[in-house]
Amino acid sequence: MEGTNGVDGVLLRARGVQLRRGARDVLLGVDLEVGSGEFVALMGLSGGGKTTFLRAVAGLEAFDRGQLAVDGVELQPGMLPRQPVLGALRRKVGMVFQSHYLFEHMSALQNVWLAPVHAYGIDRGEAEGRARQLLDQMGVGARASALPRELSGGEAQRVAIARALAVDPPLLLMDEPTASLDPARRDELGGTLMGLTTDGRTLLVATHDDDFVRDYADRVIVMAEGRVVEQGDPQQVLTNPQHPATRQLLHQTHARGSGRRVS
Amino acid sequence: MLSTAARRGRLPVGALLLAALSFAAGADAQPRPGGGIFRWGCDPEGGAPYVEADPADPSKVVGYEVDLAALIANRLGLTSQFVPVQFASIDASVRRGDFAIGLCGMEDSPARRGALSATVPYYAFREVITIRDADRGKYHTLANFSGRRVGTLGGSMAYEMLLKAQTGLGVIPVSYDDDVHPYSDLMLGRVDAVLLDHLIADRAMRREKGIYTIPEAVAIGYYVGVLAKDNASLRDRIDTILQAAMRDGSLEAIFRKWGLWNDDQPKLRSWVLAGHDVTTAAAGPSQPLGRTGTAPPPPQGRAEASPPSSPGGAAPLGGLSAVVRYLPSLLSAAVITIVLSCLSMALAVALGVVVASGRVYGGAVTRAVLTGYVELTRGTPVLLQLFVLYYGLAEFVRLPAFVAALVGLGLNYAAYESEIYRSALEAVPKGQLEAARVLGLSERQVFALVRGPQALRLALAPMTNDFVALLKDSSLVSVLTVVELTKQTSIFAANIGSWVIPGALCAAMYLGMSLPLSRVARNLEAKWKAPTA
Repeated sequence: MEGTNGVDGVLLRARGVQLRRGARDVLLGVDLEVGSGEFVALMGLSGGGKTTFLRAVAGLEAFDRGQLAVDGVELQPGMLPRQPVLGALRRKVGMVFQSHYLFEHMSALQNVWLAPVHAYGIDRGEAEGRARQLLDQMGVGARASALPRELSGGEAQRVAIARALAVDPPLLLMDEPTASLDPARRDELGGTLMGLTTDGRTLLVATHDDDFVRDYADRVIVMAEGRVVEQGDPQQVLTNPQHPATRQLLHQTHARGSGRRVS
Repeated sequence: MLSTAARRGRLPVGALLLAALSFAAGADAQPRPGGGIFRWGCDPEGGAPYVEADPADPSKVVGYEVDLAALIANRLGLTSQFVPVQFASIDASVRRGDFAIGLCGMEDSPARRGALSATVPYYAFREVITIRDADRGKYHTLANFSGRRVGTLGGSMAYEMLLKAQTGLGVIPVSYDDDVHPYSDLMLGRVDAVLLDHLIADRAMRREKGIYTIPEAVAIGYYVGVLAKDNASLRDRIDTILQAAMRDGSLEAIFRKWGLWNDDQPKLRSWVLAGHDVTTAAAGPSQPLGRTGTAPPPPQGRAEASPPSSPGGAAPLGGLSAVVRYLPSLLSAAVITIVLSCLSMALAVALGVVVASGRVYGGAVTRAVLTGYVELTRGTPVLLQLFVLYYGLAEFVRLPAFVAALVGLGLNYAAYESEIYRSALEAVPKGQLEAARVLGLSERQVFALVRGPQALRLALAPMTNDFVALLKDSSLVSVLTVVELTKQTSIFAANIGSWVIPGALCAAMYLGMSLPLSRVARNLEAKWKAPTA
């Protein structure tokens, strides 16, 4: 498998990734590539395998067959990554979960400096300074001493992003980041994420929100029944969907009235 | 009184058998108005020669008390019926009317005479010292045991004597809940002597090899029958019967049959028959029998403990003076309780964390072993575990009583704590752990920084519950000769013949310990809810 070390501009590469959970085939052969600095949206109906794919990339779930590589780190099928691959992978991939999973017993600030200090041995004062910087950058600097349960959904999400960025991963995975946001917050988030890609960060974002994708993503990949069925420029794919799954997806989204028609 | 605690059999198996026996006997021991039944109570766990299950037919009891009850019933024109009861409960049971009379080696004492109607004494026993054969000639009197441990039944007349000897002679009293283990601990070297009724010492001599009873008595005591206070008329009839039985030799026949007749008995007989019974009946509790100096001299000619110096000679204590007298000992017992509970809990928490972590993170073998430990510990009574630890393992490791109590409670509670921690660990959302892993924290760090602290917060409330439960369960260690708050209270209650004041004091002390604890836990919970950075 050719490198994903950025020489060819590819940061994440998946080839025929299959994953079976019990009696159910979740991923039936996922092929995709994400270029360095790209903001890629991963769309699909619920149960289409988006979250599972992100988890496999993050090394939280073992895939059964195929090839998966992130910036030169290759994951083996059939098992969860072990050291030293695991350590290398952790430096490459950050993840923001749909439910954020901020550490409930720690303040926002502590959530952000925990990993730099304990996992990467960075000096506590330095890590804390950088954590404050990140929280400021995310617009939640004033909430540094709040506990997660005292934060609103949007604040918690921005703290979670700051936490993920604190260890500076080239690839940031996000699962349904707009699910709990009102339109104004969603636009703020979009701006923030675009700012990250300007800094060279690569984003792979699983979402149902086609308006968000249209407004901010460089590219959209549509998954259905465990496979990639369509991909391309968001305006093109979402305005003129070719695959029935994409049409169904758009139909459902707008039937629920959650879409914000822009174009 | 002989003891506040049952003269227990060797092991809980005996207790189980007894419980079954009591239940069966209790079933047909319901009151039958006008049925011509003479109901009498004793603890069959006391064993021979008092009362024991007939080896030939365990549904029946035999013993000199059985024969004595039959004699009294016969002369009353009634049928004798045995009611099994815990020794410590005999006074309370007879007061409640569960049976007419307690005949069970009940020691004559002012407190007992104050609270109940007691018969004339029917048997004189000697308080004797039993030592190891090897120490024969080394010890002669209680005064020789300065700085040494002497065991006996908690709350008995002998125990009272040892408490006095503690102040006066520096003897260290060790209280047991039964009359078998003092002697086995004597053999093991946990105590240097046992002070008990000669009937019990004789039985121990037959059972154990290598022990020796000093023939000279430390004191003389008397067994009496006890009836409810308002049942003095029946008591008077029974007194008449006992006196007649002394005169006509039928009482002597019973004691001879059981090998209990000795030189003390004719003296008791002549004394009772000389009319002291009348004095006793008229004088009431303030002139207790056997405390007036007119009792027969002790046998063997030694006057070391003539009746006037017998223990328990003080008049029954009133409410306030009883509180004043016993409060210091209750307070120091409460200190034992709190220290024991805190140390046991610390052990339980430490071990519980290890067990829980092993069960959550360990391999199949580790998990199986730890699960076995938890199930075994939770599935068997803590009392049995304490017995095994202290007495059962004594041949291999002789733990001091306090250490055995601490380890026993700690090991027991560790099983419960581990279950709390295990479920708390499992209750921490998987997403929290995954978030920590993705950030690059090692499994050990995930446990120490994320999972453990969150689980601890979840476990706090059930842990507090457990600690309060442990405070109370610590009373069980009195079976290992540790005198803690409950034990001290029962001694107190037995001495003043009432549970009202001691019970209230004891309850207040337990509450005084547990309520602040719950408060600390609540404060801690509140603190953990507040921002931390």
